[in-house]
Amino acid sequence: MKRYILAALASGALFGAGLAMSGMTDARRILGFLDVFGDFDPTLLFVLGGAVVTTTVLFRFVLRRGSPVLAETFHLSNLRHIDRPLLAGAAMFGIGWGIAGYCPGPALAGLGVASTEALWFMPAMIAGMGLHRVLKGR
Amino acid sequence: MTTWMTALAGGVMIGLAATLLLWLNGRVAGVSGILNGVLFPSTGDTAWRVAFIVGLVVAGGAYIAFVPDAPQPRDDFSRLGLLASGVLVGFGTRMSNGCTSGHGVCGIGRLSMRSLAAVLVFMLTAMATTFVVRHLWS
Repeated sequence: MKRYILAALASGALFGAGLAMSGMTDARRILGFLDVFGDFDPTLLFVLGGAVVTTTVLFRFVLRRGSPVLAETFHLSNLRHIDRPLLAGAAMFGIGWGIAGYCPGPALAGLGVASTEALWFMPAMIAGMGLHRVLKGR
Repeated sequence: MTTWMTALAGGVMIGLAATLLLWLNGRVAGVSGILNGVLFPSTGDTAWRVAFIVGLVVAGGAYIAFVPDAPQPRDDFSRLGLLASGVLVGFGTRMSNGCTSGHGVCGIGRLSMRSLAAVLVFMLTAMATTFVVRHLWS
């Protein structure tokens, strides 16, 4: 149990350092990438590319194991359907991301330096998560 | 290092962090989902989620604060824009069960068609939104 929690801590730390190093915590870079018809900034492509190539290669080896090292089973979504909540939710997320340039990870990393924008964004994001919970009736 | 090199290196770190969490704990490194489990604990597996988020916030913040030439967060964006964007990101990522990390980095890494569909939708809507906000609105 202790090692399980330490593993999560290490993964989170590596994740956060990667976000900060890659510049994803600077929303100007995100909007620069999303602004394909303006002053386009390709940085995000290198970040996502580096991350996705790494997971695509390494996940194959990991998932070939019967179980993870410190737990009994892999917890993976077994949803297969491309349904309306998936697409509508992704569209809402995209609109929010395109307005200010924050997705959840970089906003959290920004909280680590008490960035003013993260301090405005995060409570609203949490409210949005709570609102979804309420409307879904749980 | 030039911007694209730190971007690529940071991206690989994010991919390694996600691989570590899947390999050791069998968990998907989706930031919005992990955060949701911290804010609205349900199943009793909250501790590892807290550890991941703490690691992300502290390491991300420490990198921004202490590493020379680390990219700094923006701080002059419209507060109203941040609030509206936060609500949309929070609601949308819950509705579609994932954000840039869960669907993007991890979902594509395990070749999930659902995640690929979500990524295409949020990328395109984000680009369209940035276009509207930057080129039509102002």
